[in-house]
Amino acid sequence: MERIVSLNEPKLSTAGQESLPPLSIGQWQHRNVLDLDDFSPEEITLVFEIANGMVEVLGRDVKKVPTLRGKTIAIMFYEPSTRTRASFELAAKYLGADTVSLDAARSSVVKGESLIDSLRTLQALEVDTIIIRHPCSGAPYIAVRHLQTRIINAGDGCHAHPSQGLLDLYTIKRQLGDLKGRKVVIIGDILHSRVARSNIWGMRSTGLHVVLCAPRTFIPQGMPEMLDKCGLDHVTIEHNLDHALEGADVVMPLRLQKERQQSGFISSIREYIRLYQVNAERLKKAAPHAIVMHPGPMNEGIEISHDVAYSGSSLIEQQVTNGVAIRMALLYLVAGVKNQ
Amino acid sequence: MAEKILLNSSDIERALVRIAHEILEHNKGAKSIAFVGIKTRGVPLAQRLAKIIRTMEQVDIPVGSLDITLYRDDVTSLGFKHVVQQTYLPFDISNKQVILVDDVFYTGRSIRAALDALMDLGRPQTIQLAVLIDRGHRELPIRADFVGKNIPTAHNEEIKVFLSEVDAVDKVAVRRLDGENSEPK
Repeated sequence: MERIVSLNEPKLSTAGQESLPPLSIGQWQHRNVLDLDDFSPEEITLVFEIANGMVEVLGRDVKKVPTLRGKTIAIMFYEPSTRTRASFELAAKYLGADTVSLDAARSSVVKGESLIDSLRTLQALEVDTIIIRHPCSGAPYIAVRHLQTRIINAGDGCHAHPSQGLLDLYTIKRQLGDLKGRKVVIIGDILHSRVARSNIWGMRSTGLHVVLCAPRTFIPQGMPEMLDKCGLDHVTIEHNLDHALEGADVVMPLRLQKERQQSGFISSIREYIRLYQVNAERLKKAAPHAIVMHPGPMNEGIEISHDVAYSGSSLIEQQVTNGVAIRMALLYLVAGVKNQ
Repeated sequence: MAEKILLNSSDIERALVRIAHEILEHNKGAKSIAFVGIKTRGVPLAQRLAKIIRTMEQVDIPVGSLDITLYRDDVTSLGFKHVVQQTYLPFDISNKQVILVDDVFYTGRSIRAALDALMDLGRPQTIQLAVLIDRGHRELPIRADFVGKNIPTAHNEEIKVFLSEVDAVDKVAVRRLDGENSEPK
């Protein structure tokens, strides 16, 4: 006799959950995703809800669905990248879209073509969505002014990296559940970090308390006033890492951008390691369940020690997996907005 | 617009009991049967069918849930309104007699999407379709194997199935949609 087991879906056993009114997905209006400053808490919840479905697709044997079949997504990167680029490309492919990936260093850009002309060309090639990374802050905003094609910002200069902000928050939420009163410490080069900026926007009105911890030279001038002016009262600044880590739930060191260290922001890398490296000893000050995240790529032995990066509290690999799900959700939502 | 009740709780129960009998008859028993409910209300219907068969045959039939949002054909054309949910199949559907369960059978497009989704998840021996209500107006050459009740309708009517697991009450109601919105759901 065949033994057949009936398992109830965990979510459905709480019948009340399903009867909640559906999220107002029809109100999703972002044709372009440029930063998280114009995302409402409901919209962020919607992205996460859809990402949950995408995580399930990623766990299948056949991880491809036909949702965006016949759509073309161009990935235009003016800066080097491994994970973001691969992540967007796979997200598009798992949803059944065709992708064309362009590397500025090997495109007509080297012949002097302007950003707008390159993007216009892609638009003329009937591309449906352009994912762009550019070293200049604001580049995708200029692109939006000149194009009808949907634009997703995959990082612009020191300004914004919305998909990273979303995947970080999603990873934290999946791990910690209730975010109210939890403490996130972001450590390092805040000045040059688009990841930190998008995280600050994304984590507003989640109940999270964000502590930016860095030497004074790594905190933008006028940051406290700017936070105040934008109503970002969930953020505080702290220069001493040991103080900042006190009871922290999430510890997120940023990459020390060695290519930007010629201008004397720190006196030496060795000193930076001594004062700001996240290592096992320092991590003891954080909450016992604290999780460690890193937007990558890591400089192991500089901002994060090897043992911490690969310890049980490290969610760095989950971040990468969640990143694909978040980008699938964004591509899905953006594709669903009507053409103008 | 007032709604008219077409089926009450015991009508629904009787229809499901009959469908359960037909499924067992058609498949010559409950061996290698699996239920897959289409979200949202196909899932509790599938669970009820499994429960009825358990009391009749003393066999536990696996029940899964299928979200078809990613397989719909209107994602990018209409300005869609669907939140992606999770598919949950705690068993391998390959070589099973998979019985898809949905509440209302209408244009056939959801079933087409469900068939595509199932094909991506395995290779069932057969796929059969059980629905509580068949309201007609097919747009694709798809038919149901097991039907609770045939209810002829007009396009500007809406059939709504309420199930206690989801809606706190068991009933099937019809109501006329006034004016502009007669577009199929």
